[in-house]
Amino acid sequence: MPERNKTSVLRFENVTVAFDGEVALHDVSFEAFEGDSRVILGAAGSGKTVLLKVAMGLTKPESGKVFVFGKDISRMSEKQLFDIRGKIGMLFQESALFDSLNIEENVAYPLLNQPSIQCPRAEVLPRVKEALEFVELAGTLEKFPSELSGGMRRRAAIARAVVTEPPLQMYDSPTAGLDPITAHTIMALLIKERDVSQATTLVVTHRYQDGNLIANFRYNSKQGALEPAQSGEKEKLRTTFMVLKEGRPVFEGDQDSLEASTDSYISKFVKQRI
Amino acid sequence: MVASEGGDLTYLLDLLKEPVLAAQEFFVLTGRAFNNIFRRPHYGDDIILQMDTIGVGSLPIVVMTGFFSGAVMALQMSRALADYGQVGRTGTLVSLTLVRELGPVLTAMMVAGRNSSGIASELGSMKVTEQIDAMRALGTDPVQKLVTPRLLATAFMLPLLTVIADFVGMFGGWVIAEVFLNLPARQYWSSVWRALVWDDVTQGLMKPLIFGVIISLVGCYQGLRTTGGTQGVGRSTTQAVVWATVLIFVVDLLITKIFVSGGA
Ligand SMILES: Nc1ncnc2c1ncn2[C@@H]1O[C@H](COP(=O)(O)OP(=O)(O)O)[C@@H](O)[C@H]1O
Ligand SMILES: [Mg+2]
Repeated sequence: MPERNKTSVLRFENVTVAFDGEVALHDVSFEAFEGDSRVILGAAGSGKTVLLKVAMGLTKPESGKVFVFGKDISRMSEKQLFDIRGKIGMLFQESALFDSLNIEENVAYPLLNQPSIQCPRAEVLPRVKEALEFVELAGTLEKFPSELSGGMRRRAAIARAVVTEPPLQMYDSPTAGLDPITAHTIMALLIKERDVSQATTLVVTHRYQDGNLIANFRYNSKQGALEPAQSGEKEKLRTTFMVLKEGRPVFEGDQDSLEASTDSYISKFVKQRI
Repeated sequence: MVASEGGDLTYLLDLLKEPVLAAQEFFVLTGRAFNNIFRRPHYGDDIILQMDTIGVGSLPIVVMTGFFSGAVMALQMSRALADYGQVGRTGTLVSLTLVRELGPVLTAMMVAGRNSSGIASELGSMKVTEQIDAMRALGTDPVQKLVTPRLLATAFMLPLLTVIADFVGMFGGWVIAEVFLNLPARQYWSSVWRALVWDDVTQGLMKPLIFGVIISLVGCYQGLRTTGGTQGVGRSTTQAVVWATVLIFVVDLLITKIFVSGGA
């Protein structure tokens, strides 16, 4: 692989995480560079969510180091972490919108509370509206999360994750529990966000189709839809696949070598496509 | 023999490990919650909101229990006092038992049942739906945003509620005195007032202040350590009420002991 000389955004060094002696992540190492897309595949309980939480400093690794934008966060205090978290947008698995706040307040939350984000009061509402328009949810400002469908909640949570325009974006199982059509809409949104913001993107999923979309499609802003990337652009999308099995990384590489793999656990994911 | 003793000891230590760890976690949370009182950012809106749910929301139930406990005390005491021909001093006993014990403890019980559980289930659902994680991810300290406002609101509102319960209880006692005991109102009320000294008032306000701290912190602690989905939320809620209630009685005994020894 040619050296790209790019800035490192996220680096795991031999990260191990355990809960009460049960290993949830075992010796995970990888590095993601600026503008990269990374798809992390794995069955339920394979440690995908834990991996993202470690990357945000929400869960502390038992051993190993985590570097975010070049800084080791594994020994940082909660206070120091707030600066780093301001640069990361995260979509939680079940959306994790605040039940007691309406959609407008939810999306405004990071703008008003993230210590490293200095957003003038007057700009909050326009930015909230812009983010909600981006996810095609304009007009739900006054609604509460409980009044929205699962897909709409997911979209509102995406708006909340990207309203601060973070250079690193992480999506935890964005399509889990959604019907195929809604799932496709959500994936189209993620790809649109990635291509508009040029952010480093981590997508955790158990569906190979999601990874395939990330790797091979781009957002056409003129038509407002996804289109297959030309072969020249495909190089630019630079998607790395990673497969987790019971907390251990069992594969890392590009899509072609993933599809060529003969490992039964790995090929199970790839076969889903057909 | 030695080996078996060693085995017993490790078994005992293993049994103790979990409660000791839990106690440690609880005290860490307590420390952080108090620390945050003096730290920015302050979430004033959340404090007001909590005062409303805890204080105003508990008012009807506190008034009811206050009234009936005062009334029942008046009936019980008048019967006991009748043996000594001292029915006229019913007001004294009603007022002392209410201000020192029944007011603080019964009010705290009611609020524990209502709000320790409420806090535990609210924070517990937030925990299992990753809202607590989201809060941290979006730049707020959950202890600062959730625990400290509940601590302040409960510690402030519980003494107020207790004072109300005390007065309503005295009123309940008067209704009994008037209807069943044929005591003149003036005699009842003057014995009520004359019974109380500053020491009783201090005790009667200090207890609910500390009970308020217990109720809120136990609720928050149980909520924040919830695991295991909606089932876990149910468990935390029950645990919160049980622990808050037990701790209220234990601490009540401690405070009473301090005041009784101090007064002697
Ligand atoms: N806070 C926690 N406490 C204890 N065990 C946990 C915790 N979070 C995750 N685990 C365990 O770690 C493993 C990986 O979980 P997770 O990352 O959520 O899987 P998934 O790949 O489905 O997202 C699971 O076995 C889960 O039970
Ligand atoms: Mg998960």
